[in-house]
Amino acid sequence: MTAVSAQSSTTNKVLGYPLNVWYVAAWDKEVTRNPLSRKVAGRPLALYRTEDGKAAALADACWHRLAPLSLGKTVGKDGIQCPYHGIVYNSAGRCVSMPAQETINPSATVPSFPVVERYRYVWVWLGDPTLADPDLVPDMHQLDSPQWAGDGETIYAPCNFQLVLDNLMDLTHEEFIHSSSIGQDELSESEFVVTHDDHTVTVTRWMFNIDAPPFWLKNMRDKFPGFEGKVDRWQIITYRSPSVINIDVGVAKAGTGAFEGDRSQGVNGFVMNAITPESDKSCHYFWAFMRNYRLDSQLITTQLRQGVHGVFGEDEAMLTAQQAAIDANPDYEFYNLNIDAGGMWVRRLIERQLESEGRLVPLA
Amino acid sequence: MAATNTEVWQYGTVVEVGSVATNIQRIVLAPELPVNAEPGSHIDVRVRIDGREDRRSYSVVESNEGGRRLAISVLKTPLSRGGSIFMHTLQPGDQLEITQPLQNFPLRVGAARYILLAGGIGITAMINMARILKNLRLDYTLVYAGRSRAAMAYLDELQQLHGENLVVHVDDEGTPLNVRQLVASATTDTELYMCGPIRLMDAVRRAWTEARLNYPNLRYETFGNSGWYQPEEFIVKVPTLGLEIRVGQDNSMLEALEDAGADMMFGCRKGECGLCEVRILELDGTIDHRDVFYSTRQQTATTKMACCVSRAVTSKNLLTSDPPTAPAVVTIAVP
Repeated sequence: MTAVSAQSSTTNKVLGYPLNVWYVAAWDKEVTRNPLSRKVAGRPLALYRTEDGKAAALADACWHRLAPLSLGKTVGKDGIQCPYHGIVYNSAGRCVSMPAQETINPSATVPSFPVVERYRYVWVWLGDPTLADPDLVPDMHQLDSPQWAGDGETIYAPCNFQLVLDNLMDLTHEEFIHSSSIGQDELSESEFVVTHDDHTVTVTRWMFNIDAPPFWLKNMRDKFPGFEGKVDRWQIITYRSPSVINIDVGVAKAGTGAFEGDRSQGVNGFVMNAITPESDKSCHYFWAFMRNYRLDSQLITTQLRQGVHGVFGEDEAMLTAQQAAIDANPDYEFYNLNIDAGGMWVRRLIERQLESEGRLVPLA
Repeated sequence: MAATNTEVWQYGTVVEVGSVATNIQRIVLAPELPVNAEPGSHIDVRVRIDGREDRRSYSVVESNEGGRRLAISVLKTPLSRGGSIFMHTLQPGDQLEITQPLQNFPLRVGAARYILLAGGIGITAMINMARILKNLRLDYTLVYAGRSRAAMAYLDELQQLHGENLVVHVDDEGTPLNVRQLVASATTDTELYMCGPIRLMDAVRRAWTEARLNYPNLRYETFGNSGWYQPEEFIVKVPTLGLEIRVGQDNSMLEALEDAGADMMFGCRKGECGLCEVRILELDGTIDHRDVFYSTRQQTATTKMACCVSRAVTSKNLLTSDPPTAPAVVTIAVP
């Protein structure tokens, strides 16, 4: 393997994934006393909770003959037992019992990965554990803040994780693949502004005095019953390294000062996206839609989740088809457009992270 | 990334050698395929002893430039099996076959408190761990015990780097390590990592169990190269194979049996897995159990032994240096 120089074109069709970062491994509710099998960044994991309720992530392969621990069961205070020959490990990955002998082989360990539970997610760090600082978990506070309500789901996307990041960093695609819900002509006609620093990229787009598309008209009427008229609409997309994208979205009655900062005459949502690479060509796409109005309405929470489920189903179909077309046309390259500016900055930040890990290598 | 122990054999070029203590040579290697060595990892090296190939494991003391320079340190013992003598002949420019860093002794980040215990050359496994714990500003004590200061490698550097976190015990200065006291300073959330002579590690294991501390928090690595007795030449008889062979001071019973044509099963060759187990039919002498596979009960029973590391000796008293009059004899059944 040869490392590629930093001047790489940032248009790799398959971008590698950093390891010295926190990835969402699962929703908090998915990690239970029943071990869960999930592959993150190429590494199969067995995720479970100890009796004290702490989440643990071990390599999903017993030290002995590599049987998947996730098929086993939790035992004792914080142990997990291999389903094959009964070897038990604690949550640090240390063998605590070898049923067929009087001693424990001192080499018997399975890798245990640092875990942080935050914002309703279980985050895992697969790289150098000495760098696993919990403060590096990207901000997704709307997910468990009392000022916000909502829910989400997970999409299993059979594509390179960067294709999802590209998708979310350029929302002009809404006009074409989400035309029945959130798409409208003004999306590709209005200007957008891109900014970045070492860890974030922001794309901001405002559309003034437009008709609200069906999804947003419904939301406005939930807050302002019977609402009619023009709106100002915003999309402020913030990428946080390595693969979180929070999108501040909303509409307000036209000309009521939303752009200047007064959003009281509108509705505001945050689309929370965490994209976790599973392999070079697959990812777990965790999303949620959070809103800051009518917090007590479970009906609205359910309707929004179902609505976004439908919208993201359209993305899922496109991403699947796109990866298939990439694979079917290995001799064709990617080309870039002005609308890709946000996604291109994301690619550059990810490539810098890979370079700092000594892992910027060309992938097939 | 999670450790992989799939061996990648490659050439390593010696780029630097130098003495770091009495009979301890520091050797810096430049591997062909550099991989950063995690704390606790070791490399395996192919050595040539009397014309035959063998392998030895050496802890990585330092991994620099992303593993482009790996330092190991090798103690030459008067009763070396031959590997350390070969290693001490290396000069800059020499090439030898090595693996990438292998990991059987991972340091877990996240314990409330750490004790790192090194006995003699065992310090090589602890240096990298101690450095990481210091960098992470974790609560740790590095305990370093040795016979004399001159025989203790890296003492000055460690003192400079770790200051009050380093506790030194020197036998010939009258400050030997008190294992009970050390173990008494451990709490339920302390992890103790140790590397050193088997006598030391055995004493710690026993004290740890007696103190009812959490056994998985006691971490150690053994390369199966130290015992309760000095190695002696001894005789092995295998009636079913009609064999009677001498095991020299500097090779193992397993090697001697293999050389004599016995078809032996084995796994780790360092006294951990128990696959090389043989049954003891008759014994004239004492068994020096150097493995960590058998429990004390099983070792005391003297019905089986791990022939990769354990030996027969005549000595009735620990560590006597009186030359044996006649070699010990062990008669065994092999599977």
